[in-house]
Amino acid sequence: MKKDFLEGIKDGIPICLGYFSVSIAFGLTVAMAGVPVWAAVFISLSNLTSAGQFAGTQLLIAGGTMLELALTTAVINIRYFLMSLSVSQKVESGMKLWQRFAVSFGITDEIFAVSMGRKCDLTASYMAGLIITPVIGWTGGTFLGATATSFMPEKLADAMGIALYGMFIAIIVPAAKEAKNVLFAVILAIVASVIFTYAPVVSALSSGWAIIIITILVSAVAAWLFPVESEENSEEKEGE
Amino acid sequence: MNTNYIIMGIIVMALTTYIIRVTPMVVFRKKITNVYVKSFLYYVPYAVLSAMTFPAIFTSTGSTVSATAGCVAAVVLAYFKKGLLTVAVGAAAVVFAVQMLGF
Repeated sequence: MKKDFLEGIKDGIPICLGYFSVSIAFGLTVAMAGVPVWAAVFISLSNLTSAGQFAGTQLLIAGGTMLELALTTAVINIRYFLMSLSVSQKVESGMKLWQRFAVSFGITDEIFAVSMGRKCDLTASYMAGLIITPVIGWTGGTFLGATATSFMPEKLADAMGIALYGMFIAIIVPAAKEAKNVLFAVILAIVASVIFTYAPVVSALSSGWAIIIITILVSAVAAWLFPVESEENSEEKEGE
Repeated sequence: MNTNYIIMGIIVMALTTYIIRVTPMVVFRKKITNVYVKSFLYYVPYAVLSAMTFPAIFTSTGSTVSATAGCVAAVVLAYFKKGLLTVAVGAAAVVFAVQMLGF
C-alpha cells in the first residue's frame, strides 16, 4: 500500500511541475483582474481544472449569473465524464465507495493520462499519491502567482507553456509507435481537431464541445474498425 | 465584487465539475465486458490527448517557430521512450533556447 502511494507521488511529480508554472500564470492573471488571493487559491483547490476554471473565473470577474457559470464549466469539463468512465474500468475491483468519491475529485487531463499509462490496476493508495502531488503544485502555484506580481522572466514562462503538451506527447507517441490501431486513432483525432479549429461553421463550437465530439467519433470509429480483443493489447499503452 | 457572490460562484463551478467526474465512477462499478464498449474506452485516452494537443501546442509558447521546435523535440524524445518529465522539460528547454535566439 505504501509502495503504491510512493509510486503515485513519483508519477505525480512531472504533473506537479507542469501545473506549477501554469497555475502561477493563472494566479497572476486573476489577481491582476481584481480577484482576491484567497479566492484564487480556493478556485484552484476546489476546481482542479485548467480551461474550466480559467473560463469560469473570467465569467466571475465579468459578473456572470450562476446558470452561466454552471453551463460554461459543464461544457468545458464534460470530457472528464469520458475520462472518469475509463478510470472506473481500471480501478481495483475492491475499491470502496468513499474511495471512488475521493478519486473522482482528482481526475484531470494529466492525472487521467498517467493513470491510463500505468500497467496494473489502479489502487486507492496509488491514486492518492498521484493526485496529492499535482494538487499541491496547482494550489501552491496559484498562491505564488497571485501574491508575487512577476518573478518569472517572460521567456521562461512562455517556454513552460509547452510542458503539459510535452507530457501528452510522451503518452501518445510510444503507444502509436507500438500499435498501428492506436496510430490510426491518433492521426484521425489530429485531423479532426485541426478541422474543428480552422474550418468554417464547426470552428464556432467551443473547444470543450469539439474535444467531446472528436473523442466520441474517433473512439467509435477505431473501436468499430479495430476492436481490442484481449487485455494483452492494452499493455502496449505505457506512460513511462 | 462582493464576497458572497465570489463564494457562491466558486461553489457552483466546483460542484458542476465534481458531478461530472464522480457520476461515471459511482455508476460503473462493475467491469464492462462488451468488446465494443471496451475497445471504445481503450481508444478514448489517445483520442482526447491527440485532440487537445494538436493544433493547440503550436500556440502554447511565445511564437509558432519556438512551439514547432518544442513539439518536434517532444515527439523525438517520446519516440525513444523517454519518461514524462524528460519529454516535458526537454520540449520546454528547446522552446527556451529557440526564443533566446530571437525567434
